[in-house]
Amino acid sequence: MPISFEIPERIRQNLQMTEALASGIMRPDARYYDEHEHERPHTFITMTWPVMRDQQKRQLDRMTAQARGEVPEKKREGPGIIYLNMVFTFEMLSWGDVGQMLCMPTALLAGAAIEAVGTPEQKERFLRRFAEGDQPVWGAMAMTEPGAGSDTSAIQTTAVLDPQTNEWILNGEKIFCTNGKLALEESNGIVVVWATVDRSAGRAGMKPFVVEAGTPGVTIEKVEIKHGIRASDTATIVLKDARIPYDNLLGSPEVQRRDTTEGFKGAMATFDASRPLIAASAMGVGRAALEFVKEKLAEEGIEIPYGKPRHALSAVQRDVLEMEAQLRAAWLLTLRAASMLDHGLHNSLEASMAKAKAGKVVTWVTQKAVELLGPRGYSCEWLVEKWMRDAKINDIYEGTGQINLLIVARRILGYSSRELT
Amino acid sequence: MISFTPTDEQQMLIETVRRYATHNVRPVAHDADEGGAFPADVLQTGWELGILPGNIPEALGGLGETHSAVTGVLAYEELGYGDLSLALHLMSPALMAIPLVLDGTDAQREEFMPLFLEETPPPVTAALIEPRIHFAPDDLKTTATYENGGYLLNGHKVCVPLAEGAQWILVYAWNPDAGQVDGFLVRGDAPGLTVGPREKLMGVRALPTYSLMLDNVRVDAACRLGGEQGIDFRRIQAHSRVALAALGVGVMRGALEYAVDYAKQRVQFGQPIATKQAIAFMLAECAIEIDAARLMVWEAAWKLDQGQDATRESYLAKQYVDQAAVMVTDSAVQTLGGYGYIREYPVERWLRNARGLATFYGLAIV
Repeated sequence: MPISFEIPERIRQNLQMTEALASGIMRPDARYYDEHEHERPHTFITMTWPVMRDQQKRQLDRMTAQARGEVPEKKREGPGIIYLNMVFTFEMLSWGDVGQMLCMPTALLAGAAIEAVGTPEQKERFLRRFAEGDQPVWGAMAMTEPGAGSDTSAIQTTAVLDPQTNEWILNGEKIFCTNGKLALEESNGIVVVWATVDRSAGRAGMKPFVVEAGTPGVTIEKVEIKHGIRASDTATIVLKDARIPYDNLLGSPEVQRRDTTEGFKGAMATFDASRPLIAASAMGVGRAALEFVKEKLAEEGIEIPYGKPRHALSAVQRDVLEMEAQLRAAWLLTLRAASMLDHGLHNSLEASMAKAKAGKVVTWVTQKAVELLGPRGYSCEWLVEKWMRDAKINDIYEGTGQINLLIVARRILGYSSRELT
Repeated sequence: MISFTPTDEQQMLIETVRRYATHNVRPVAHDADEGGAFPADVLQTGWELGILPGNIPEALGGLGETHSAVTGVLAYEELGYGDLSLALHLMSPALMAIPLVLDGTDAQREEFMPLFLEETPPPVTAALIEPRIHFAPDDLKTTATYENGGYLLNGHKVCVPLAEGAQWILVYAWNPDAGQVDGFLVRGDAPGLTVGPREKLMGVRALPTYSLMLDNVRVDAACRLGGEQGIDFRRIQAHSRVALAALGVGVMRGALEYAVDYAKQRVQFGQPIATKQAIAFMLAECAIEIDAARLMVWEAAWKLDQGQDATRESYLAKQYVDQAAVMVTDSAVQTLGGYGYIREYPVERWLRNARGLATFYGLAIV
C-alpha cells in the first residue's frame, strides 16, 4: 500500500459515535468527576460496557476458535485496522475526558498480558467474564511497587508454591495500579500481578499471576489522591498469604520455566501495544487544549495564519502554531506505531518514540494553553487547568519519558540494556 | 488507508538516489564547500538520475506518469542526505519546471518543457527572495507593471541560485493589476537585468547564488506564467515548502548517523561516550525529531497529491523542519565536541547548511 494518510472509512464511522459520546457525555461530566475524586462515572461506564463487552466477545471467540484450529477464513483485503482504530478511539475519548476514559470497563492491560502469554485455557477462563453479562468488569496490571518503578526487575512481591495444595502463595505490596479497585472490589475482575518465584534470579524469576476478585488475603489498602486523571482509580493492593491456583501462573510451561525470561519479555511486549494508546490519549488531551485556545483567541479577534514568516507573527500566534506542529508530529508518530502493529511489524522503537514525544508534547502544550489564557486559563471555570493536570500523567505511566528515551537510545545505538543503563 | 510504505518504484528511486548521495556526493562535499562548487561530473551524474523529468507527466512534456509530491520528497530526502548545496544546485531547474507543471499554459509548456529533457541540466532558475529582514513571499517589493501589451519588471532579488549565465529566470513579482504575486519568465540576457557578484553565505557555499537587479526589464504578456490566470502562488509555495523540508530531513538524517557512529567509537573515561545518557538521550531526541519531521513532510506531500489545499500542512512541516534541522545538526556538533567545530569534520557544515533552510523561505520549488 502506498504512502497515505487517508483515514479508513470504518474508522471514520466509528469516530462519529465516539465523538458523540466524548462531547455529549464525557465533556459535560469532566469537571464533576475531577472535583469528586473516586466517584465513578456511571453514565460513561454504563454506555461503554455493552460495546466493550461485545467487542471482547468477538475477539475471545475468534481466539478460542483459532486455538481449536478452526481459524475462520475471513478474507480481508490488506492488513487489519484494529490498533489504528484503537488509537483514534483513545484519542477521541481522551479529548472528551481522559479520567473517565481510563474507567472504561475492559480487560485492558490484564487482557494484553493474557493474550500475549496465556494458554488457550487461561484465555477462556480469565477473559470470558469480559465478554458477557450486564455488569461491567475491569482488568488491571499490578507491576509497580514502592521500590520498583521504572526498574521492574527490582520487584519484591513473592510467589511461593505450596506443594501440598498446589497453590501459589503471594506476598507483597503493589502500588499505582490503574483500575485495581474496580477490578478487585467493584466487579468480578482480575489483576495480573507480577511476582518473583526466585528473588536471586532477576528477570527470569519474574512471573505473571492472575489474581481474581474475591481472593482471600488480597486487599485494597488505599486509592491515590492525584494531581490529575482523578476519575481514574489508582490503587494500592496488599497481598498477604494470598493463595491462588497453580494454573493462575500465566503462560505455557516454556514461559513458566525458572530459567527463562520469556514471561518477562511477554510483559514488555504488551508495552508495544499500550504505548501507542497512551500516546494517542495524550494527543486527545492536547487537541482539546489547542482547540479551546484557538476558540478563545478567535473570540478576542486573534486568528492563526498559516503561511506567514515567523517575524510577521505575534508571540501568541507563534506559540499556537508551535503547539499545533508539535501535536501533529507526535500524532503522526503515534499513527505509525499503531499501523505497524496492524501490519504485524515489530514496533518497540516506534512505540517508544511516539510515547516519549507525545508525553513531552502534551505536557508542554497544556502548560502553554494555561499560560496563553492567563488568569482565566488558571481558573477552574474552564477545563484548561484540568487538562494541564491530566496531561502530565502521559509522560509518566507506561514508562516515563526518560525510560522511553532510553529504549530509543539503545535501539539507535545498537546497545543492549547492559551496555546502556 | 493510512500507510507508511513507499511503492516499489519509489523504493527503487530512493535506493538509486541514496547510492548517488553516498558514493558520488558525500565524498566530495567537503571540498565542494571549501571550493565553492561541486565538480561538473558529479552534477552531470546527478542530472542523469532523471529525478525531475521522471516526475513530470508525459502529457505535460515530461517522462513520468504523474507528478507526485510524495515521490519528490522521497528523492529529495536522499539528496539532502548527500549535501544541501548539491541538492539545491541539482534541483535548480525544478524552480522553473514545477511551476510550469502546476500553472503553465499549454503554449508555455510546449516552449519550455523540452529544456528539461536535455542530456545536460538546463541553465534556468528562479528569483523570489528580496534583501529585507522583513521579507515575506506574499509581500514582494519587486513589481510587474502592465504597459503596452507587456510587463515592466522592477526590483531587487537575492539568493538566486545559478543566476550567472542563466538562460531563463522565473522572476516572482507583485502584479498590481491582478492584485497577486505572479511569475514572469525572463531571459537571462534581458536588457535592464543585471546579475550581481556571487554572494557569500554562511552555508550552502557550494551553491553559487547571486543578487539580481531588475531595472525596467520588459517582458511580453505571454511570459506571465499561467497566461491571463497567472499563478496559484499559495500552491506553488506549498510545493516549495514540502520539497525544502524534505531536504532538511535528509540533512538531519546524515548528521545523526554521523554523530551516532562517532559517539560509539569516541572513548572518554574508559568508555564510548554513547554509553552516557547525556549523549545517548540527545541522540535519541534527534532520532524522534527526524522521524516526526519526515512524517509531517509525507503528510503534506500526500495532501498535495490529493489535489487538496496543503497550505497548513506544508507550513507546519516546514516550520517544524526548520527548527528540528538546527537542533539536530547542533546536537551532532555538540556530540563531536571540539572536533565538531573543526571544518575537517562535516558536522559544522551541516549546522551551517541547516540554518539556511529556514532562510530559503520559498526559494526552491523543487
